[in-house]
Amino acid sequence: MARTNEAERKGIGPLALLAPGEAGLVVGLSAGGLVRRRLLDLGFVPGTVLRAVRRSPLGDPTAYSVRGAVIALRAADANNILVRRAPESTGATAAAPDD
Amino acid sequence: MVGHHHGGSPVSDGPTWADLGRAARAPGHPVVALAGNPNTGKSTLFNALTGLRQHTGNWPGKTVLLAQGVARHRGKSYTIVDLPGTYSLFASSVEESVASDFLCLARPDVTVVVADATCLERNLNLALQVIEVTDKVAVCLNLVDEARRKGCECDATMLEAELGVPVVATVATKGRGLGRLMDTVAGLNSGTITTRPKRVVYDPDVEEALAGIEPLVTRKLPPGAATRWLAVRALCGDMGALELVGDMSALELVDGTGGAVRKVTEGFGLGPAPSWPAARSTTSTAGGKSS
Amino acid sequence: MNPPQSPVTVADRVVASLYRRAESIAAKVIAPRSPAQDLTPVIDRLLTSRLTGFPIMLLTLGAVLWVTVVGANYPSQVLGRLLFDLQGWLSGAMTAAGAPAWLHGVLVSGVYRTLAWVVSVMLPPMAIFFPCFTLLEDLGYLPRVAFNLDAAFKWAGACGKQSLTMSMGFGCNAAGVIACRIIDSPRERLIAILTNNFVICNGRFPTLIALSTVFVSQVVQTTIGAGAAAALVVVGIVLTGIVMTFGVSWLLSRTLLRGVPSFYTLELPPFRWPQVGRVLIRSVIDRTVFVLLRAVAVAAPAGALVWVLGNTVIEGHSVIAHLAGWLGPLGRLMGLDGFVLVAFILGLPANEIVLPILVMSYLGSGMMVEMDSLESLGILLAAHGWSWATALSYMLFSLLHWPCATTLLTVWKETRSSRWTFAAAAIPTAVAVIVCTFVAGLVRLTGNA
Ligand SMILES: Nc1nc2c(ncn2[C@@H]2O[C@H](COP(=O)(O)OP(=O)(O)O)[C@@H](O)[C@H]2O)c(=O)[nH]1
Ligand SMILES: [Mg+2]
Repeated sequence: MARTNEAERKGIGPLALLAPGEAGLVVGLSAGGLVRRRLLDLGFVPGTVLRAVRRSPLGDPTAYSVRGAVIALRAADANNILVRRAPESTGATAAAPDD
Repeated sequence: MVGHHHGGSPVSDGPTWADLGRAARAPGHPVVALAGNPNTGKSTLFNALTGLRQHTGNWPGKTVLLAQGVARHRGKSYTIVDLPGTYSLFASSVEESVASDFLCLARPDVTVVVADATCLERNLNLALQVIEVTDKVAVCLNLVDEARRKGCECDATMLEAELGVPVVATVATKGRGLGRLMDTVAGLNSGTITTRPKRVVYDPDVEEALAGIEPLVTRKLPPGAATRWLAVRALCGDMGALELVGDMSALELVDGTGGAVRKVTEGFGLGPAPSWPAARSTTSTAGGKSS
Repeated sequence: MNPPQSPVTVADRVVASLYRRAESIAAKVIAPRSPAQDLTPVIDRLLTSRLTGFPIMLLTLGAVLWVTVVGANYPSQVLGRLLFDLQGWLSGAMTAAGAPAWLHGVLVSGVYRTLAWVVSVMLPPMAIFFPCFTLLEDLGYLPRVAFNLDAAFKWAGACGKQSLTMSMGFGCNAAGVIACRIIDSPRERLIAILTNNFVICNGRFPTLIALSTVFVSQVVQTTIGAGAAAALVVVGIVLTGIVMTFGVSWLLSRTLLRGVPSFYTLELPPFRWPQVGRVLIRSVIDRTVFVLLRAVAVAAPAGALVWVLGNTVIEGHSVIAHLAGWLGPLGRLMGLDGFVLVAFILGLPANEIVLPILVMSYLGSGMMVEMDSLESLGILLAAHGWSWATALSYMLFSLLHWPCATTLLTVWKETRSSRWTFAAAAIPTAVAVIVCTFVAGLVRLTGNA
C-alpha cells in the first residue's frame, strides 16, 4: 500500500485515469503475454508521451493519440498501461481535447 | 497455416505462405510484397500497379487476405502481393502473423515497405523490422501530398541515408512516383541496386544472446530464411517464431546458448519474462522459473 | 522510469530500441513547417460527441436509404417496362417459331420473367446504395461508428470490431463473415459470424425497399413524403436487426459462447477525401455487377424450377400449392402464408430471388398481371390477402431468417464445423419465428388486420 501512495504522489496511475485533453508519459505495462506484446507493437512503449483525445459517447472506449496515430482502448484494457500524468496537462495549459 | 498461433482458430482457408511462395514464383515473375501499417495506401498502390480493382476502404483490417496481381514494368512481369496492414512483425494478431510469415518464410524477391509520410515515426518502427528480415527492400514514402498539406516535409534522401535502403516518395492515389518505385524494385531484383541496411543495434546483452541463438535457429531453417529476425522473435518469447523454427522448445534455446539467453530474460533481477512459452518437452517451463 | 509493478522484459527492451531508433531518424528527416491544418479532429468531434454522435449516425443511415428509395423508384419502373416489353416480343418470337407451350413456359414465364424481376427490382437500389456506402467507407466513417457503438458490444460480450464486420454485411453477409477474420478471439469471432445475418444484405434491401414503398404509398400521398416514409420503415427494420444482433450476441456470450470480452484496440485513421470517380466505378463493378451476376446466375435455374413446380399438377393442385398448403398454418401463425414460406425455402440459394419466386407462384395460381411496376406488385399482393401487417411480417422474416446458401457455405469454410454452420442457420430461424409470431399475435390482438 505504501507503494501505491508513493505512486500516487508521483502522479502515476493507470491510463484510464487520463481525462480527454490530458497528456501522460508511459512508465510501464502491467499486462503480460500477448496483450503486452500488442500494446508494445501499437507504440505504448515506456517513455512514450501520449494524450487522451476523446471519449466515446457511451463513456467507453477512449481514444489516445500515441506516436502519430489515434487508437481507442477500452478502460479495462487501458488499465494495463501505467502513466505519469504530465504536470502541465492538469492545469489551464491543457491542450484542447483534439490533437 | 496462417492462423496457427490462435489456439484452434478457424482461420485457415486462404492459401498458406508456402503455397503462395510456390505459386507466385513463376519463372521470370519476381515476387514483390507490399508491407506497411494499416491505411498507408498499400491497396491503393497495389491497384495502381496491377490494375486490379481491390476495394480500399478507410478502416484498419479490411485486407485480411493476401491479394495477388501482376504488374508489368519495362517489359517484365512482377507478382505483387498486398499484405494485411501491421504495426510490427511480432505476429501478435491474425493480420500480423499473415504478413510476418509471408515476409519471413515465403521470402519475396523484393519487399516494399509502404510508409505514411504524415506519421513517419510509427511507420519507421515497422520499416526497421522489415530491414532486419531482408536486404532486398525499398521504402515507399506514400501520402506525401497529405504530409505537405499537414505542414510537414520529409527528406527522402536523408531517410535513405539513415536506413541504408532506397526511399521513393509517392502519391499512390495520383500515381505519382510509381514509375521510379518500380525502377527501384526492378533494380533490387536484378541486383543493380544493392542496399546496406543500417540495422538496429540492441542492448549489448541482447545482442550477445542473439549471437548465441542465431546459429541454433539457422540450423533448423531452410537456407535464406530470416534467421536474425526469427532469433529476435524467439528471444522475445514469441511462440509463433519457435513453432516456425521447427517446434524448437524454449528450453532447447536457453540451454543451447550457454546462459546468454538466461541472463537476458532474467536480467536485472526483475523477475521472469512474462511471455516465455511453456516448453514442449516434459520439463515444465524454460526461461525464468528459477528466480 | 520503471516502477516495480511492471518488470521489464526482453521484448520491452527490443521494442524500445526499435522505437528509439525510429524516433531519432524521424527527428532528423522531418522538417515541420507551418502548424498543421488538419480537419480530422474537428470532424471527429462532431461524429463522436455525446450530443451529435448518435443523431449523425441515424441521419446518415436515413439519408442513404432515402436517397436509395427515392432514386431507385423511377429507373426501376423504366427498366421494368422495358424488360416486360421485351418479354412480349420474346413470347411472340417463340410462338412464331412454333415452340411447344412447356418450353415457352419454362423459358419465358419461368427463366426470363424471374430474371427481369431481379434486374429491374435490384439493379437501381444497388447502383445507388453501394456507391453511397463505399464513399462513407472510404472517408473513414466506419471506425467512428465502431467507436460510438463499442460500449454496446462490450455489454454483449462481443468484440468492438464486430461493427466493422456488420458494415461489410450490409454489402453481402458472406463478405461480412469473411471479414470476421479481423477479430482475434475465436469466441468473439464466432459471435460475429453467427449474428452477421441480422444486418440486411443487398440481396434483401431491394425487397424491403419495394415492399415498404408499395405499402407505405397506400397510406401517404406525395412522392417525397412516401419516399421518406418508406425510408423510415427501412431504417426501422435495419435498427431492429442491429438490436437483434446485440441481443443474440449477449445471449450467446452467456450460453453457447460463454466468456468475457478480450483485449481489443481500434484505430481511428485520419479522414481522407475519397477518389470519388474511382469509388463510383469500383462500387458499380465490384459490388453491383458482381452481386447482380450472382443473382442472375441463381435466378435463372430457380425461375425454371419454380415454373415447373407451379405447373406440375397433382390431384388438381400444383406442387407449389401443395407445399404452400402444408406450410400454411405455420405461415399464418407468423402473419404470412404458405406461399411465402415456400418462396423463402426455394430462395435459399440467394435472398434476391425470394420475392420473384413468390410473385411467380402467386401468378402461377391463376392470376395474370402485367408485372412491370411496383403498383402491379401491390395489386398482386393485395389480391392474395396482403395488408401492411403481412408486409411487416414479411420484412421481419426476411431480416431475421436463415442466411443464404453462399453465406452458410462461407460460415462452414471459416469455422470448419458443421455444428456452428447449423447454428448459423438455426439461431436466426428461431429468432425469426419467435419475432414474427409475436408481432402477428400483437396485430391480431389489436384487431388491425
Ligand atoms: N491523399 C492521399 N490519399 C491516399 C494515398 N494513398 C492512399 N490514400 C487513401 O488512403 C486510404 C487508405 O488506403 P488503402 O490503400 O486502403 O491503405 P491500406 O490499408 O494500406 O491498404 C484510402 O482512402 C486511399 O484513397 C496518397 O498517396 N494520397
Ligand atoms: Mg489494404
